[in-house]
Amino acid sequence: MSTAIDRFDDKARRSFGSIGRTEVYRGELLRHPVYTRVLHWTVAVFFFLALFSGFGIYLPWLFRWFTPIFGGGPLARAMHPWFGLGFVLFFGLQALNWFRPMVWTRTDTEWMKNIKKEVSGEEKLEPAETGFFNAGQKVQFWEIVGGCIAYLITGIILWMGASTFGRITVAVSYVIHDISALIMLGGIFIHIYLSTIGEPGTFQSMTRGAVSEAWAWTFHPAWYRQVTGRDPRQAYEEAKRKMDAEYKSS
Amino acid sequence: MAERKTFQTQRISGHSGASPGFGMQRDFQVCKLVDTTTCIGCKACEVACVEWNDMPFSPTVFDNTYQTMPETRWNFWNLIKFNEHQKPDGTIQWLMRKDQCMHCADPGCLAACPADGAIVQYANGIVDFNQENCIGCEFCVSGCPFDIPRFNPATKKVYKCTLCSDRVGQGLEPACIKACPTGCLKFGTKDDMKFIAGERAKQLRDHFDMPNAGVYDPQSIGGTHVIYVLHDATDPERYGHLPKNPTIPWSYTIWKWLAKPILGTFALFGLLGVFFHYVTVGPRRPQPEPPQREGGGE
Repeated sequence: MSTAIDRFDDKARRSFGSIGRTEVYRGELLRHPVYTRVLHWTVAVFFFLALFSGFGIYLPWLFRWFTPIFGGGPLARAMHPWFGLGFVLFFGLQALNWFRPMVWTRTDTEWMKNIKKEVSGEEKLEPAETGFFNAGQKVQFWEIVGGCIAYLITGIILWMGASTFGRITVAVSYVIHDISALIMLGGIFIHIYLSTIGEPGTFQSMTRGAVSEAWAWTFHPAWYRQVTGRDPRQAYEEAKRKMDAEYKSS
Repeated sequence: MAERKTFQTQRISGHSGASPGFGMQRDFQVCKLVDTTTCIGCKACEVACVEWNDMPFSPTVFDNTYQTMPETRWNFWNLIKFNEHQKPDGTIQWLMRKDQCMHCADPGCLAACPADGAIVQYANGIVDFNQENCIGCEFCVSGCPFDIPRFNPATKKVYKCTLCSDRVGQGLEPACIKACPTGCLKFGTKDDMKFIAGERAKQLRDHFDMPNAGVYDPQSIGGTHVIYVLHDATDPERYGHLPKNPTIPWSYTIWKWLAKPILGTFALFGLLGVFFHYVTVGPRRPQPEPPQREGGGE
C-alpha cells in the first residue's frame, strides 16, 4: 500500500513541479517542492474559511461580525461543512505527502524531554539528530491528523443532524467538534508565530520553497547532513569563525 | 399583558374613594390542556393552526393510519398522532394525542441554541423562535426531548409552534383551542389547567376503568406549558414517543455555560502566549549570529 502512495505522491510532485518551479540560489537548499506548497496553502485557505465560519456558530454573540463575510449566519452555517470537507480532503493529501518524514522516532522522544530548552531559547542550535521535521512539528502534524478524523466523524453527525443520528449523539459530537477546534485554534497561533517572526527565515520555505543553509544547519541539522553530506556542526563552526574574523577586522 | 398593566386605572377625576382596581395585577403563566380521553381525532386544530399561521398546506402522507403525516413539519406544527395500543386483555386502545411544542419551563432548545436572541422564553411560559436571529445550526433539534423544531431548507431556519404568542399577547386563546369542538383542548393559567386536569384524572380513576389515569407535566424539565390528561400516565411512550422523563443532554448545560467560555478564553491565551514569548525570549535566528555586545543585554 505504501508503495502505491509513494507512486501517487511522486507523480503529484512531478506534475506540480512541471507547472511551477523552485529557484534555489547558491547558499540555499530546496525545502518544500511546489506540490507541498500548493497543498499547504490550499489547506490554509480552507482552514481559515472553516475557522471563521465556525466562529459564527460557536459563539454568535461574540463573533457575529465574522458571519457577514459569508453572507450571514445561516449561510455561514450552510457553508461551514463544505469548507471543513475541503480542509480534511487537502490535509489528507498533505498527510500522505508527509507521512514518511513525520514518523515518530526515539530522537523525537529525546527532543520532547528537552522542550523547555527549545522554548526558552537557551539552546540556539537544534540537537544534531533533528531531521526534516522536529518533534514539535510532528506533534502538531499528528494532532491535525487526529483532529481531522474527529472533525470528519463528528462533523458528518452534526451535518446530518439529530433526525439521522439521534439527539444524544449530536449533543456529544458537538462537544468533541468544539474541543478539536479549540486545540487547533491554539495550535495555529503557535504555527504562524514559529513560521514567521518566531524563527526568521522559515516563511520562505513555504513561499519560494528554499531556505538558507544556515537555517538548515541551525534548525534541522540531520536533514542538512542528509542533503549536503557535510557535518552541520562543522559548517556552523566554520561560518562562526568567518563571522568572528569579520567583526574583529572591522 | 404589558399594555394592560400600563392602562390600569390609577386615579379618576371626581371619583370618591379609591380607584377601582388600583394596584391590582396578576402575573400568570399560560397553559394549554390536552385531554387525550376526549379527543375524537377530528383534526380541526391542525387546520386552525395552518390557517392562523398562514402556512401553505403541504401534501399529506398516507402511512396506513389516520394520521395526516408521519411527523410535524416546518410548516405543520400541530399533528394529531394516532396510536393503537393493545391492552393486556387483548382489546385495542385507539390513542389520539395532539403533538406540538410543549413549551417547557426548562427548554432544551433554548439551552442548546448558540445564536443570540433566536429563542426566547416569555414570562408567561411561551417559548418562541425569532427566525431573524436563527442561524439554522439545528442544535435545538438535538436539545429538544420532544423532537419538535423543524428545519426549513429553503430559508435555512428552524420553526415550531408559537403557542400563538401573537394571539395570546392580545388576550385571545390559541387557534387550536378555538377550533376544538369537544372541549378536549383548554387554555388558561397553569394553575387552573393543572387543577382541571387533576380533577379530570381523578374522575377517570374513580368512575372509569382507568386506574392509572393521570396528568403529564414532566418535572424533569420543570414542567411544561402544554399538559396532557392520559388514560395511563405510567406509560406515556405509547402515545407516540412521549418520553416519561424528558431530559436535556448534559453537553448543552455544562459545556455551553461553563466549559465553552473558559476553554475559548484559554485558546485565545495561545495568542497572548506567543506574543509574550516574542517580547521576552525573542526569536530564534539561524546561527551564527553576530557576537553579542559587551555589557549589553540582560
